[in-house]
Amino acid sequence: MTGANSVLDAAAIRREFPILTSEINGKPVVYLDSANTSQKPNVVIDAMTTFMRESYAPINRSAYTLAASATEKYEGARAAVAKFINANSTNEIVFTKNATEALNLVAYSWGRANLQRGDVVVLTHMEHHANIVPWQMLQQERGIELRWVPLTSDFQLDLSSLPTLLAGAKVFSFTAMSNVLGTINPVEKLCAAAHAAGALAIVDACQSVPHSPTDVRALGADFAMFSSHKMCGPSGVGVLWGREALLEAMPPFLGGGNMISEVRLDGFKCAELPAKFEAGTPPITEVVGLGAAIEFLNGVGMANIRQHEIAMSSYALEMLTSRFGDDITIHGPRNPELRGATFSFAFRGIHPHDLSQVLDQSNVCVRAGHHCAKPLMKIIGANATARASFYLYNTTQDADALADALDSASDIF
Amino acid sequence: MPGIEDLYREIILDHYRTPRNRGELPPPAVCTEGNNPLCGDDIRIYLDVADGVVRDVKFSGQGCSISQSSTSMMTVAVKGKTIEEVRAFVRRFKHMMTLSEDGEPVDQSIKLGDIEALQGVVKFPVRIKCATLGWNTLLEGLDEATK
Repeated sequence: MTGANSVLDAAAIRREFPILTSEINGKPVVYLDSANTSQKPNVVIDAMTTFMRESYAPINRSAYTLAASATEKYEGARAAVAKFINANSTNEIVFTKNATEALNLVAYSWGRANLQRGDVVVLTHMEHHANIVPWQMLQQERGIELRWVPLTSDFQLDLSSLPTLLAGAKVFSFTAMSNVLGTINPVEKLCAAAHAAGALAIVDACQSVPHSPTDVRALGADFAMFSSHKMCGPSGVGVLWGREALLEAMPPFLGGGNMISEVRLDGFKCAELPAKFEAGTPPITEVVGLGAAIEFLNGVGMANIRQHEIAMSSYALEMLTSRFGDDITIHGPRNPELRGATFSFAFRGIHPHDLSQVLDQSNVCVRAGHHCAKPLMKIIGANATARASFYLYNTTQDADALADALDSASDIF
Repeated sequence: MPGIEDLYREIILDHYRTPRNRGELPPPAVCTEGNNPLCGDDIRIYLDVADGVVRDVKFSGQGCSISQSSTSMMTVAVKGKTIEEVRAFVRRFKHMMTLSEDGEPVDQSIKLGDIEALQGVVKFPVRIKCATLGWNTLLEGLDEATK
């Protein structure tokens, strides 16, 4: 049973994930921390171990058969990523360490080449630190101006002053979905507003790409980034997508092997895209794992995953509210269509750290803290929250287990 | 898995529900702030030091039951002690929390009293930072006050 309106057999999907079928102290694991990082299915684990056992070799460097085959698998994963988000070409797909590095790459490389003192970068109040601090670093170095899109009382971006904020701006960088509130932003509309003002549109797609279909061309963005580890793939690899003309015009980020076409004592020439932005030996096995994760997600269907999470959101919102009433405060939109299945909440005045500790007694895994969004936490008036986040492998039983464990927390405090 | 009762001992919950010495002290009392970057907790310690003695101490800020109760118990213990006594007391506490600094002598004869209830936190390593937040902030305050 995975929720009346779900289109997925989440219970069957769950059996593909070794950790989700394991037990700690004789009790099943209730994993509700996928907004943080997701669990890994057998197909990903197997793809990585098989690759290391049978095919591992350097990429892009050597003529021997093994190396050619490893290169083919690595580049095959790049092609899978490009198709997954409907990029124009594999030249637009740059593998990074994670989405944080991708954001830093854009701020550092594009930002330093294009932003001068007084230039304006617009961010929002619901950004992750990864989409704040790289710009603040540029602010310190270059004296750029940062402007902020505020929130409405129902946890949406307040777009009433957007044209004013964007006037004269060079960049509008925003999250597709808040990792704290669950709010899904109108990305197409925001990209169009950025372009109307002559600004670049950068989309932090970390929380959206794993959970719903993504078409970067339809979104109209200029850059987007996401992390493998949040979408059933391994940690250690992230993706920067950028429009080819922009990537082409940007100076390189990290220098070293693979990113050059020529090095002499008096200088160097960059390699073609995407190698230009992939200095040094990349996470080869991890990229192969990401390719397997994409195949797995495609098999389930991204639209199905989105439908499942809408059903999970409906169930969780209704159940938690009817069971706990005013004792639970959910910091985020109430409409399941406007949000992802990520819920930050306060419960009976119990500190989130204590709450997560007690939930752990029932193997209920939730995040407690500021979720790398301290400015947002301050705005919603919480020092910290507990956060339960659902993914394709979570069922209504997981939501019920959370509620039962919350009850036991009340017994202690 | 260690039992949750090892963590949430009654004396800890008592200090959490009814914190002692909560509040602020006006200047010239020294105020230092500590943050736990993991969970967003913050704590401020106000120290009134005169003639080498902690005359008064108060704390404010937000945090979990462990950080709040640990700080509350600490304020009760250090009030009225000389700076040297407080430093030795903090060393003894940190030693109990398995955080001894190399080469610093720990006086095992110092009695921690109620604070011994925090020993259970050691079984939950991620929470050790919560238990020591107020104490580290106190040490910064002592440095400030004796500059």
